Amino acid sequence: MRDVAVIGVGMNKWGELWDMSIRDIFTEAALKAIDDSGVDHIDAMYIGCMSSGLFVGQEHLGSLMADYLGQGNIPASRVESACCSGGLAFRSAYMDVASGMNDIVLAGGVEKMTDVGGDGATYALATAADGEYEVYNGATFPGLYALMARAHMERYGTTRKQLAEVAVKNHDNGSKNPLAQFPFKTTVDGVINAVMVADPLTLMDCSPITDGAAAVILCPADMIGKYKNHPAVKIIGSGHATDSIALHSRDDFTSLKATEIAGKKALQMAGKKLSDINLCEVHDCFTIAEIVVTESLGFFEPGQGGPAAEAGDTRIDGKIPINTSGGLKSKGHPVGATGIAQIYEVVSQLRGESGERQIKNAKVGMAQNMGGSGGSTLVHILEVI
Amino acid sequence: MFPSRYWREIPHRYRLEAGKCTGCGFVAFPRRLVCPQCGQREFETFKLKGEGELLTYTVIHVGPSAFVDDTPYALGIVKMDDGVNITAQISDIGLDNIEVGGRYKIEFRKIQSDGHSGIHAYGYKFIPIR
Amino acid sequence: MIGITGYGAYIPRYRIKVEEIAKVWGTDAPSYKRGLQLWEKSVPGPDQDTITMSVEAGKNALIRAGISGEKLGAVYIGSESHPYAVKPSGTVVGEALGATPDCRCADFEFACKAGTEAITCAMAQVAAGNVKYALGVGADTSQGAPGDALEYSASAGAAAFVVGQDNLIAECELTYTYMTDTPDFWRREHEFYPQHGSRFTGEPAYFKHTFGCAKGIMEKAGMKPEDFAYAIFHQPNGKFPMRAGLKLGFTKEQIEPGWLTPRLGNTYSGASPIGLTSTLDIAKPGDKILVVSYGSGAGSDGFIFKVTDRINEVRNMVKHTVWYLDENKVYLDYGTYAKFRGKIRKND
Repeated sequence: MRDVAVIGVGMNKWGELWDMSIRDIFTEAALKAIDDSGVDHIDAMYIGCMSSGLFVGQEHLGSLMADYLGQGNIPASRVESACCSGGLAFRSAYMDVASGMNDIVLAGGVEKMTDVGGDGATYALATAADGEYEVYNGATFPGLYALMARAHMERYGTTRKQLAEVAVKNHDNGSKNPLAQFPFKTTVDGVINAVMVADPLTLMDCSPITDGAAAVILCPADMIGKYKNHPAVKIIGSGHATDSIALHSRDDFTSLKATEIAGKKALQMAGKKLSDINLCEVHDCFTIAEIVVTESLGFFEPGQGGPAAEAGDTRIDGKIPINTSGGLKSKGHPVGATGIAQIYEVVSQLRGESGERQIKNAKVGMAQNMGGSGGSTLVHILEVI
Repeated sequence: MFPSRYWREIPHRYRLEAGKCTGCGFVAFPRRLVCPQCGQREFETFKLKGEGELLTYTVIHVGPSAFVDDTPYALGIVKMDDGVNITAQISDIGLDNIEVGGRYKIEFRKIQSDGHSGIHAYGYKFIPIR
Repeated sequence: MIGITGYGAYIPRYRIKVEEIAKVWGTDAPSYKRGLQLWEKSVPGPDQDTITMSVEAGKNALIRAGISGEKLGAVYIGSESHPYAVKPSGTVVGEALGATPDCRCADFEFACKAGTEAITCAMAQVAAGNVKYALGVGADTSQGAPGDALEYSASAGAAAFVVGQDNLIAECELTYTYMTDTPDFWRREHEFYPQHGSRFTGEPAYFKHTFGCAKGIMEKAGMKPEDFAYAIFHQPNGKFPMRAGLKLGFTKEQIEPGWLTPRLGNTYSGASPIGLTSTLDIAKPGDKILVVSYGSGAGSDGFIFKVTDRINEVRNMVKHTVWYLDENKVYLDYGTYAKFRGKIRKND
């Protein structure tokens, strides 16, 4: 396998992009990544998108986007793994370059979610759960994470306030991110008193419905000399694992096995310890998710994720900064794009280009992207050279 | 909902028919072709008794298209006495009276209807054992 | 001898009081309660219909019968609120009870008489030797038009009977049907609510057929009211069955165990069948029971049952009818009731 580097990143301002179609949204972010990298063409591309069929009635994205990106007849694939479709696109591109099959490969993610109503979006997202044995019976994604939250609270005494602290911190971080959909700050009371979505989770525990895209350009590490616009960032670890998509089929609702395994695999491949990680973007689709993920990755002992969030251990100036970008919560969660946007944030931090939310001396960063209620997870570790 | 999709799950939804691995006794609900525990491929039909203990629950206030008229409704995971977990709505109980650890049984209910003219889709819900 | 091998009832837990309905329509609750002799009615939850209640009543009946569903050779459901206009309720019920595929099946409709009609046909199949056991169910989630007198009484419930020739809890000694064409109550195709002939539903309809059937079956059997321990009459409200029974020469004590309408409402096809399950819950071996249903259109089915010793073994195997009626109820306001019953106009 060849060593692979990320030489360009691009992302647009996320939100309700009423005047942009899915092809415009993706192409804009992809062009930014191409410009950022300085490449004059790409050899192949992978697009993560969860459900363009249900959201905008459009499948066959690989070819559509290659055409609109002006890349003619290149091999282009759309990959899907629910909310970690972006992470999977990144890994696919990484494997493509590492294998020697292609040199300049674009990994992108996109979702256009506002062309359906709220119940339509809830329905489309719910297809990432077990259609016949969860969704048929009325399960929603906030509902499934609420089941995890209740179990975590019952088992570990995790509090309502601790959940809220995750949202407060992520909105603090997001307020420093010019691309975030909701860059406002909030308070613990603001989170707890928001409208109830799935008890105990309120609207402010949930990531929003977002239109957006992100893209990155990968090339063999030995080619980066040609495209040295920025400090070079290498992919040093990639872990991918799955679990049952039905939450009820798991032995434990308070931890995420796929995340645990993918995290360990990525660290092993990178030859790093958790203590080497300077920042981590995690999949905070709901506040409880950030707490459970930080535990399952090993940053905190089981049951300590909530207290750690409350103590400020995960803030930008904390022991392990989590979601400096604002996370899915504040930055937005166009599902297919999220995994790539996490890479965008890690690369920006490692390059030292994160402005107000920049972490000092960031050398190694991690991104954890998760599908469904934890049925799939991708963990990547990047290091600045 | 196209009827074939609904129809094929009827043995599970109407009669709680699971598969029991003839090798290790693993109870698969829904049924599977290969046992995730021991790898054996033979299962015998096994009817769940339909009672168990509530492991966790939520009250859903924002529902998907098929359930928008039903909100707020409770959804829970019950560990059936037969050893398998099931996700279903919790009915016939005040939403403030649900407790983890409570005993529930399965009752036959209408789960959703496909608009005004599509099929009615039936299945199981949990109700408290009184 | 043909008879009942197992029986079971199911009543949803929701109730609405006459006062709550009267408040919305600006009517006088005390006079409705007096006139109908009824103070509240059952309401199905949004996840309940004739099919779901029939399944639960059927499960209870199978438990008391001591047989599994696959032993049922026929499943007959009588209702005026089948969830489908075309497609049987009975196939769902039969499938849920495990009776398929070796099973006859039909849905019946004869206003409030559909339930006893289903039971009659179940008995006929067993008597003909076509099947060993047959299930007859009367169930309804009946609808009264908003503001109409029927809205105060139209309720929901089901009763199921496993009919067979062995392990009987009640032998059926005689059946008789009295039927004419009398348009006292109807619902046209595609209409949501039924219409009725107001006071025409009384003397020439309910009373004429109930009397005709009751007198006819007693005459054929050579029996008098005092020969019966209990009598159950169709109960569109609390007043009619009591008046009919007393006029026929029965006492309040004979009628009361099966006279549930004052606190249940009119469960239509379920009405006299639920009256029977409630009576069986307290009947003693040797008791004779008269059942006379009534269905608009119009006709009455009559049955004479003789309770056997086995009743004492089975009555406590599942919850009694009055448990469903009295121990498990929750009151609704009119708004929630209207939402549950689909009375609120919404976009698709």
